[in-house]
Amino acid sequence: MGTELDIILKKFKQGKREDLIPLLQEIQEELGYLSEEAIVKVGSFLGLSTTKIYGLATFYDKFHFIPSGKIQIRICNGTSCFLNGSLTIINKIKEEIGVSAGQTTRDGNFSYEIVSCMGGCHNGPLVNVNGQYHTHVKAEQLPELIKKLKYIIEND
Amino acid sequence: MEDLKTFLIDKVLLFESDTLPPESEKKLQQIRREKPANPVIYVSSGTSSVIAGSEKTLSAIETYISENSPLVEVINVGCNGPANFEPLVCIHIPGKNKLFFRNITEEKVEPLLNGVFHNDINEDDLAGQTGTKGFELWPGIPFMDQLPFFTHQKRVVLGNCGCYDPESIEEYIARGGYRAYIKAIRHYTYEEVCDVIERSGLRGRSGGGYLTGLKWKHALNTSSNARYLICNAKESDPGAFTDRTILESDPHRLIEGIAIASYAIGASNAIVFMRSGSEHAQNRLQKAIDRAREYGLFGHNIYSSGYNLDIIIRKEPGAFVCGEETALINTLEGKRGMPQLKPPYPTTSGLFGKPTVINNVETLINVPLIMQNGPEWFRSMGTEKSPGTKVFAVAGKGRMSGVVEIEMGTSIRTILEDIADGIREGKEFKAIQLGGSSGSFLTKDDLDIPIDYETLREKGIGMGAGGFVIIDENTCMVDLVRYYMEFIRNESCGKCIPCREGTGRMLEILESVIRKPLNEDSGTTLERFKGVMQLETIASVMKDTSLCGLGQTAPNPFLSALKNFRDEFEEHIFDRKCRANICRGLRSFSIDVDKCTGCTACASKCPVNAIYGTRLQPFFIVEEKCIGCGICFDICKFSAINVK
Repeated sequence: MGTELDIILKKFKQGKREDLIPLLQEIQEELGYLSEEAIVKVGSFLGLSTTKIYGLATFYDKFHFIPSGKIQIRICNGTSCFLNGSLTIINKIKEEIGVSAGQTTRDGNFSYEIVSCMGGCHNGPLVNVNGQYHTHVKAEQLPELIKKLKYIIEND
Repeated sequence: MEDLKTFLIDKVLLFESDTLPPESEKKLQQIRREKPANPVIYVSSGTSSVIAGSEKTLSAIETYISENSPLVEVINVGCNGPANFEPLVCIHIPGKNKLFFRNITEEKVEPLLNGVFHNDINEDDLAGQTGTKGFELWPGIPFMDQLPFFTHQKRVVLGNCGCYDPESIEEYIARGGYRAYIKAIRHYTYEEVCDVIERSGLRGRSGGGYLTGLKWKHALNTSSNARYLICNAKESDPGAFTDRTILESDPHRLIEGIAIASYAIGASNAIVFMRSGSEHAQNRLQKAIDRAREYGLFGHNIYSSGYNLDIIIRKEPGAFVCGEETALINTLEGKRGMPQLKPPYPTTSGLFGKPTVINNVETLINVPLIMQNGPEWFRSMGTEKSPGTKVFAVAGKGRMSGVVEIEMGTSIRTILEDIADGIREGKEFKAIQLGGSSGSFLTKDDLDIPIDYETLREKGIGMGAGGFVIIDENTCMVDLVRYYMEFIRNESCGKCIPCREGTGRMLEILESVIRKPLNEDSGTTLERFKGVMQLETIASVMKDTSLCGLGQTAPNPFLSALKNFRDEFEEHIFDRKCRANICRGLRSFSIDVDKCTGCTACASKCPVNAIYGTRLQPFFIVEEKCIGCGICFDICKFSAINVK
């Protein structure tokens, strides 16, 4: 883990303040989340206090401080999907998975987030599971889908 | 490959005259695949196509081709416009017009290709044909540009979208690309480029409508040792996807626009600020930038003009407010994306305190066209004060949806009734939401308003970034306003109090309106209505005192909804009724005695124990206790629960 971080840090040789966000983004892409270790290391690399980095990273939605689940679900809540009933989808997924948006289940299997517009407005409500799009989703299909996903994880 | 590159650079890009010699033209025609020797299949591959399943369609086509007729060429193109036709497949058989087929999902590929290659076309899949002179017509098949979706549009900015492979720089150059840029850096001074754009009357397309040429001049006239150009591709309004479509379908023209704009202000660094979650668009753009760099279009002393330029992409870390200019600059500097007081404007003191111009994707993509065709050409479109075209993302409940481009001055009715072809499933039209979370609702009476900056401003409507959401009778306006308010509440950065507290309070009041009151005291209704009246005061304070555009425009959806749909608000408060049956809290539930089997499922799940009964006998709901959560309705397997 340490070495991966070092490789990323090496890319930002000069270590300026404006590198902070791209640096954190790259670490998150590599590790899946921002660990405490990573933030401390970035802090000493850029000469910034850890609180400042946390202050910045918590301001933005896209930084996570816990690992995301093996299955990541993204639910579109753009206006068009909303008109087609995305709220019931969000509630149903919350009920099925048992955590709120942005959190990960205890077994580390599921996490989900709500995004503003995926750009497939005619096919809404849209749900994206690990990069795979599901169109015209109905709330009653979700228990079946989650069950299938659980089955896939267990047999992996 | 190397030969082609040298040809394109020496004989096309660096060719001094505007008209190329016939032999070059002929070669370019080949690259454009105008008269192909073998059939060509074009598959759309924008995000909306991918969502509809175009990737599977593409691999099915490739398998078919490799098994049956390997000479056929398969090309990935951008998005053509109509999102409900996706995945859209276009087949060009040599000597004949191009044929477009709609909704070609994976399983339809084989019968379709079998049919086309054996002259037996299934008419259900057909969308239309397009053609030029000299090609054989398909009898009885309508032309694409005669479909109502296209006849009322003027596709200039989107002209290249869906026509060429967005990853091929060769094809873009063959379509006249990058020549305006090379001409600008070799033969024009900074001021001359600014002049051309100013004379064209191009105005910022992100909503403000400031003259682009003037903005550039401000930056150019501020003395400094460095300047920056930022392309704002942050677009993250719910329901807006115009910029993303442009990025995916025509990245090279955007890059050319960025390059010309950078030259015009003398910037040697350009930054594209991308929204997160659109990896597809970002990959396309990155590839396009890399290809352009290979062609020497960026770097040091570009084509011996003495001009240096580099373009980088920065991904947004996830905050809606970053789309605001000063907040965007803060984000790029590695700080919290919070807006700052203006002035100083970014054109005098922007990124790292240097003069910075921030332009929207749609603004920049107009630039190469103006440089190619001249400012008079641009002025010939649209109205006098708002020349050119405007791109909208039409979504919601219309029959057709997708990215459309209209000439300024076109009425809203044209988009609704002709381009979008009315409302889906024969429902009644209710409103149009223009401009996303900071925009307003337009009703039946507003449909004849022409779309241009002046008229819309006069009516107090924001142009917004291009969201055009059609709303039908099945939508509850109170709920929709609450949705926008929740979005803004979540995205408010928290720097200034009117926005931070105002959005929170407004959301609380709106939520109380769609909730069932806890008791029936006579005072509750009055209190709730008082809340709505207070909303108007809060809204006006927010408008006057918020620091940035986010807070200033946050009350817009509410104010315009209250103005146009006041009866719906009153109905929610006084009659506890939601006419669209959306607000769950206001519904009343009852059990159908004939259908109920007495399984006890609903009674055991009811969170307030409002359902009583004996096992295997019909149950009943005590209405005074019911909170309207709807759990019983969801759980009942015998559809014995009625909702009113």
